[in-house]
Amino acid sequence: MNAHDGRTRRVRNRRAFLRIASTSLAAVAVGMRANEVRAAVPKVVVVGAGYGGATAAKYIRKWSAGRIEVTLVERETAFVSCPVSNLVIGGSRRIADITVPYDGLAKWGVRVVRDEALDIDPAARIVKLGRGDALAYDRLILSPGVDFIYDDIPSLATPEAQARVLHAWKAGPQTVELRAQLEAMPDGGVFAIHIPKAPFRCPPAPYERTCQIAHYFSTRKKKSRIIVLDANEEIQSKKALFTAAWESLYKGYIDYRPNSALVDVDLATRTLKLDFEDVTANVINVIPPQRAGAIARRLGMANANDRFCLVDFLTYESTEQRGIHVLGDAIQGAPLMPKSGHMANQQAKVCAAAVVALLSGDEVNLMPIVANTCYSYVDDKQAGHVTSVHAYDSVQKTMLVVPGSGGLSLSANEGEGVFADGWAHNIWADMLM
Amino acid sequence: MDGAMTSYFLRCGAAVAAVCISTTFAFAADVTPYANLGRDIASNCAACHGTDGRSRGAIPALAGQDAQSIVRSMKEFREGRRAATVMQQIAKGYTDAQIEAAAAYFAAQAKQ
Repeated sequence: MNAHDGRTRRVRNRRAFLRIASTSLAAVAVGMRANEVRAAVPKVVVVGAGYGGATAAKYIRKWSAGRIEVTLVERETAFVSCPVSNLVIGGSRRIADITVPYDGLAKWGVRVVRDEALDIDPAARIVKLGRGDALAYDRLILSPGVDFIYDDIPSLATPEAQARVLHAWKAGPQTVELRAQLEAMPDGGVFAIHIPKAPFRCPPAPYERTCQIAHYFSTRKKKSRIIVLDANEEIQSKKALFTAAWESLYKGYIDYRPNSALVDVDLATRTLKLDFEDVTANVINVIPPQRAGAIARRLGMANANDRFCLVDFLTYESTEQRGIHVLGDAIQGAPLMPKSGHMANQQAKVCAAAVVALLSGDEVNLMPIVANTCYSYVDDKQAGHVTSVHAYDSVQKTMLVVPGSGGLSLSANEGEGVFADGWAHNIWADMLM
Repeated sequence: MDGAMTSYFLRCGAAVAAVCISTTFAFAADVTPYANLGRDIASNCAACHGTDGRSRGAIPALAGQDAQSIVRSMKEFREGRRAATVMQQIAKGYTDAQIEAAAAYFAAQAKQ
């Protein structure tokens, strides 16, 4: 045993003593909930095995040294990454390249249950599942991603109609289907994409997708064109990077139209109806507005504009429901905190550290810090990034960008493309292996 | 400003400073350092550099690296003395104490 181990053990012994000493006092004196010192083996249930949920599940097992039981509920059979999925649409990656099985989490002792979480009983502290028995928890972590809002697109009121217009905004079957539609499109055709008003999942992704499809057209279908209909007044992320790529790599391929709010869709003619014009295309791609996934909208938790969930940035606990934490794209981030996979991974670790501390009677970190690094590919090899570092501000009780930190690539290059690939493989392993 | 006024402002300033100092000391005495600072900061790095700094691809591994070498690199990135793509921008987000704690954590990890 080295000195480091000895120190760790002393700390643990001291903590164990403090736990015992404080058990009788904790519930009243420190405000700790009685259940947190009750269970011999505390139970955490995590819903959603994406960038937020899978990371939280793994790190709670890792940081509790297996002392907390973790059950991860996921309806899909394997993880398919949204980051890099635009390259599948562009044709330079296959869906298998961005798919990772959940098997690796067994090594950490995470129990993965393939099911759907339908409801929560916060008084009984149970999660009700679609097929299996309800799961009891001491703390619950929700990382369900986003659901789409079709309220303002009248023709897409039914699930059947919705299925006929691809979003491809959750990587998986629609990613493959959009690729197939582009391959089937005759040369000389038009691809039209609609981008909703911010906030939406992954701010640079619509513009990266435009690059990937332009890359495909400029190498394989040179007479084809792209119309980008953006409900926002300008490109929402990495504007200089994308503008430079569109000018230098894809001149003449992309027609970008800002302030283009979608009014409706004509399914029969594949027409996007806007305020002042109608755009008919061979392949249409509508990214609908988004809100927190259904399970995180229960119990009043979507308390930011009825769309996203406000959380305490020290623990990611819902401001509405004690004992329930929310991560990733479902939360209302602090200003300048994007809805990205990387951000969800970082939030998950702050949450995991807090959950382990709370269930062990230890102190929660009062100065958490998270970083975001997000690469976008402009073709099959070149990428650029945006990065930022956010620290907790105890006065404003929010995450603020550390002054002077963060920045962008001025232009995309192959070196950053190699790093983007390294990022993807390391973060997938950080979540799932 | 006459002498009396100057003296008054100096006295007020001294009083405010005294309160600030006592508050600072009281704060420092009450707050024990967060025990897992190095582990948690290092986990920020893990998204790109791999869990515990064990990287699978082109991004450099940090597990088992010399702590002083990691600290030196981070300070060079932060001060713009070492070329980088993202690291100059990220290094500016962390304090010396955070960098040193994370470096010590990585140094204590097995390489693979």
